[in-house]
Amino acid sequence: MSDFDHPLKKYFRNGINYKTCPGCGNGIISASILRAIDSSGKDFDSFAFVSGIGCSGWIPSPFYNTDVLHVTHGRAIAAATGLKLALPEINVMVIAGDGDTGAIGGNHLIHGARRNINITVITVNNRIYGMTGGQAAPTTPRFSPTSSSPFGTIERPFDLCRIVEAAGGTFVARWTTFHTRQLSATIRKALDHKGFSFIEVLSQCPVHYGKIEGMRGNAPAMMEQLRDNTYVWKPDTVKNDKIPVGIFVHEMGIPEMTSEIERLRIKAGYHE
Amino acid sequence: MGNLACAEGALAAGCQFYAGYPITPASEIMQHMSGRIFQEGGTFLQTEDEIAAMASVIGASWGGAKAMTATCGPGISLMQENIGLAVMTETPCVIVNVQRGGPSTGSTGLSSQGDLFQVKYGSQGDYPVIAIAPSSPQEMYEHTIWAFNKSEKYRTPVFVLSDRLVGHMSESVDFYLPEDINIENRKIREKYDGPGQEMFLSPEGVAPMPVFGRGLKAHVTGSSHYPDGSRNVADAELMDYIIKTLKNKIERSLKDISLTEKEYMEDAEIAVVSWGSTFRSCLSAVKDCRSMGLPAGSFRPVTVWPFPENEIREISEKVKTIIVCENNMGQLYHMVRSAALDKAKVVFLPPEKLGTLIKPARIVEKVREAL
Repeated sequence: MSDFDHPLKKYFRNGINYKTCPGCGNGIISASILRAIDSSGKDFDSFAFVSGIGCSGWIPSPFYNTDVLHVTHGRAIAAATGLKLALPEINVMVIAGDGDTGAIGGNHLIHGARRNINITVITVNNRIYGMTGGQAAPTTPRFSPTSSSPFGTIERPFDLCRIVEAAGGTFVARWTTFHTRQLSATIRKALDHKGFSFIEVLSQCPVHYGKIEGMRGNAPAMMEQLRDNTYVWKPDTVKNDKIPVGIFVHEMGIPEMTSEIERLRIKAGYHE
Repeated sequence: MGNLACAEGALAAGCQFYAGYPITPASEIMQHMSGRIFQEGGTFLQTEDEIAAMASVIGASWGGAKAMTATCGPGISLMQENIGLAVMTETPCVIVNVQRGGPSTGSTGLSSQGDLFQVKYGSQGDYPVIAIAPSSPQEMYEHTIWAFNKSEKYRTPVFVLSDRLVGHMSESVDFYLPEDINIENRKIREKYDGPGQEMFLSPEGVAPMPVFGRGLKAHVTGSSHYPDGSRNVADAELMDYIIKTLKNKIERSLKDISLTEKEYMEDAEIAVVSWGSTFRSCLSAVKDCRSMGLPAGSFRPVTVWPFPENEIREISEKVKTIIVCENNMGQLYHMVRSAALDKAKVVFLPPEKLGTLIKPARIVEKVREAL
């Protein structure tokens, strides 16, 4: 067996050694991202990953064997914007959590979408603050007892995809850790999209979110729940009792920011 | 105008990325850059807030661009988390603070020097910063070039700590020809040397920067990390090494970084210590004193951080009294007092009304009292 390496092992800095909790969705999401990149034929060195704080930030950092910028909580999209503007030729991907993009960094999410800057944002939505011990997130379903809401959450959760769509995101999709093939195919599409692409991945946190659902430590049951509680969205199929998954927006031809900057340089009379 | 001179200084230094958020009294820097930087082939970004401005400056710097932002105290407050990130990740960048009157929204139309400690101690943990305090539009131009050079050389954020008086001051400014400007560029890692390559926290000197997009496989994190970038957030030996190494990077180069100016200090019995805009009044007052036969001298930390502790100590051994003038409730004053070690009497002199430029006559009067 030692003659055979995992096909994605080449993308890791020091071998695949994620130290996540048992059953965490990070590994599935990481594999989906890397399969998409692998199938794109793009050189991994042409990618830069920017991540925030929380469990999701550790998907690329420090594991991915290319340039990785691991920044402050919530600021991954803002840092990625500067990086992409300085180096438009590289593929910039943000991997962040629902706290990163839905709470502390919500402002950067909507403005990234508004700018239509050519980066790919993957939000790992486990509906809880995992790393800090299971506190309520802006994505936690209402009435959930968490370590910061013993009597249940009283606030309604965000629908991040609808927020990004309203903010002008030109590629908006959602899948779950159950839908790995669809997720990978969608990331592959997003890599070729010229503009701001946003993919939300509903993920399981068997340690902290699992206990709310009575499924503590039971990742397979949580993934089955993700399967059963979602439906593949089509413009003419809307099920109000389930969460839609699929590609909601794929709009081409909207001006992209790095190209617009090029246009401004020409307008200003700059010649290389 | 000082703010325009600052923007031109940044362009002369090779600034290729500006990100910022409108704020009085710094907005002219942003407005000027919003057109000019495109003429130089650079990028201007008006961000959703100052948090994003500082974060995108860091991202752009890792993309290889000389990057800056400009704001005043309220904006600095929002930038602090990412200023700490820039220090920790050894990211070259320039932050201009055109101080206004605080606290909070404060007096947008007034000047102050209330942010001296904010720029040094505002982000969490122990860390060094470099800050240079211009006293004229000409210096806004020159100090901004200097700030870029030092930030590139030492891979660290550098503040231009100006204020509204200097930022909005109109004086003639001499711009230099490109061939007359000394430009420093960051050293960049030449090639990928495999896992374990040094990217940060060089025990001596400054590690060449593994700028993105060159196959150098950089791992950059604000978490505690080893010189190869790998993370360890619970190792006391590593944390001790990081904090001391970042500090030493600046402290062992004080000769190159620390700038001070002395006027009439050889035989002075009274030293007037001031920085930034206040220096203008103080130098004028010291000259007045001399014309009246009063033995006063002027000492100016041009770079306020790192603080010129040794020079203040030497002065305190020679003079009777040190008068510290600044447009605040006494910030540099505390630094001077602790450096002077009770060898000279240290007194504090703010302007009659905070927010206004101190009048030279008030300083002369204080010199007389002290003699």
